[in-house]
Amino acid sequence: MAESRIKLSKKDRLAVAWRSTFLQGSWNYERMQNGGWCFSMIPAIKKLYKTKEDRAAALKRHLEFFNTHPYVASPILGVTLALEEDRANGTKVDDAAIQGVKVGMMGPLAGVGDPVFWFTLRPMLGALGASLAMGGNILGPIIFFVAWNLIRWAFMWYTQEFGYSAGSKITDDMSGGMLQYVTSLASIMGMFVLGGLIERWVTINFVPKVSTVKLQEGAYIEWDKLPKGAEGIKQALIDYNDKGLSLTSEKVTTLQDNLNSLIPGLAALLLTFLCMWLLKKKVSPIIIIVAIFIVGILGHVVGLL
Amino acid sequence: MSAISMILVVLVAFLAGMGGILDEFQFHQPLVACTLIGLVTGNLEAGIILGGSLQMIALGWANIGAAVAPDAALAAVASAIILVQGGQGVKGVGTAIAVAIPLAVAGLFLTMLARTLAVPIVHFMDAAAEEGNFRKIEFWQIVGIIMQGLRIALPAAALLVIPSSAVRGFLESMPAWLNDGMTIGGGMVVAVGYAMVINMMATREVWPFFAIGFVLAAVSDLTLIALGALGVSFGLIYLELKKNAGNGGGNGGSSNTGDPLGDILNDYE
Repeated sequence: MAESRIKLSKKDRLAVAWRSTFLQGSWNYERMQNGGWCFSMIPAIKKLYKTKEDRAAALKRHLEFFNTHPYVASPILGVTLALEEDRANGTKVDDAAIQGVKVGMMGPLAGVGDPVFWFTLRPMLGALGASLAMGGNILGPIIFFVAWNLIRWAFMWYTQEFGYSAGSKITDDMSGGMLQYVTSLASIMGMFVLGGLIERWVTINFVPKVSTVKLQEGAYIEWDKLPKGAEGIKQALIDYNDKGLSLTSEKVTTLQDNLNSLIPGLAALLLTFLCMWLLKKKVSPIIIIVAIFIVGILGHVVGLL
Repeated sequence: MSAISMILVVLVAFLAGMGGILDEFQFHQPLVACTLIGLVTGNLEAGIILGGSLQMIALGWANIGAAVAPDAALAAVASAIILVQGGQGVKGVGTAIAVAIPLAVAGLFLTMLARTLAVPIVHFMDAAAEEGNFRKIEFWQIVGIIMQGLRIALPAAALLVIPSSAVRGFLESMPAWLNDGMTIGGGMVVAVGYAMVINMMATREVWPFFAIGFVLAAVSDLTLIALGALGVSFGLIYLELKKNAGNGGGNGGSSNTGDPLGDILNDYE
């Protein structure tokens, strides 16, 4: 019996991994990723089952409801491959066990995939690429695209292999320390970087002038008293750089300057908190986005922004 | 625009549409999609800058579970086409971003439509499974993917058919206050994406890290990579300390290991 055991080769497993790239291709409101899941399993089902009845049963088994983060589907596929292999070789693995493993893993793992990939890795790589790209640097998009796909593919292949070799033990292994550690680290990183992004990239500039103060004599450069020509320019630069004299005889303070002297980016922070609060109140993000544009236009027209 | 450029633009749009649902290769992210459209139409620099600016807005947009985020794919592709057709080059980026936002919303409806149309597709798969027919299931999966590609490719093709003079006329007819106001709005709207992400991640434990990041970012000498390195380091230090605190006490004051510094540190635990 042992010699005739059907095993999935590395080639079969690679085929499954490649197909799982298209997991969400037929994403639908009824059973979500089920079509893509079944599509991914086909190379394995072909190899493991030979009769039409067995194949039909396996296909139907894998068209059940399934939904998780698309990358963490890989370890689940790995485990399912191991279970299907056992089943094809005569071990008693019933439909409920396979379905149970899929459903049992998809929730917790989506809880890892979303913060790690969507909320930490993509904002970080995206912000890195975008900050280069905004200066017209082609490296921005290239770094983003290449780094993302390398990480993604490495993650998908190795976790699928891990799932395959660990079999059904994986759920126990992963719910232990390692998984917790990665999730914690990702959310710490994510929050840290988010704080930075809000300071850097949410731009609000209040233009109203709060005060215009006439400076004392000697605190500003007296242009009409400078020597003529190059000598005058030199004197002006020395006054400005070394003595810190003001360029004009008046010091203008805008509302923005006042806010910045509290903490730079305070207005951006408050706007973000407002958005968070609105989102928690179940206001649709679309409505908030549109409202912000309206505020931007009105604020500009009345001279506030 | 030459015929070859047009075909390539539609092809990029198709990839972006597929990317929008698959979420694997990231062709739907503005950084990639706008750059590619810029590349095939000979407006590389404007495309990259538009991509970077839109990417900043779309950073926090993600499909969570069955919820659908604003559609980055349509926003990126359509605004890039409008940028190219408008012929203003880099100067047109601000306006293109302003147009992109309503498009991201419009794209939502197309996404929901496509995801509903996929329901009958999986029913065809059910029927194929009954017969044990692999080919048919594969066929329907591919149909699903193609449908998602067309979701962006068709609107892109439609935009290309509109003569560029019409696009230009429309853009030039926009008054300056509207344009500037939209650009200001674009600077603020980034906050929505961040707020979405924070709401998903924030716990009492991680808020201090948010504060540290916010304050440190004001130091403009720190690049994003430097901030990232700081973030990882803080995270590792914190988790390590937390682990030690958890099983600490037990090994406190134990052996004299000939490591004076370690002993001193142990005393502080």
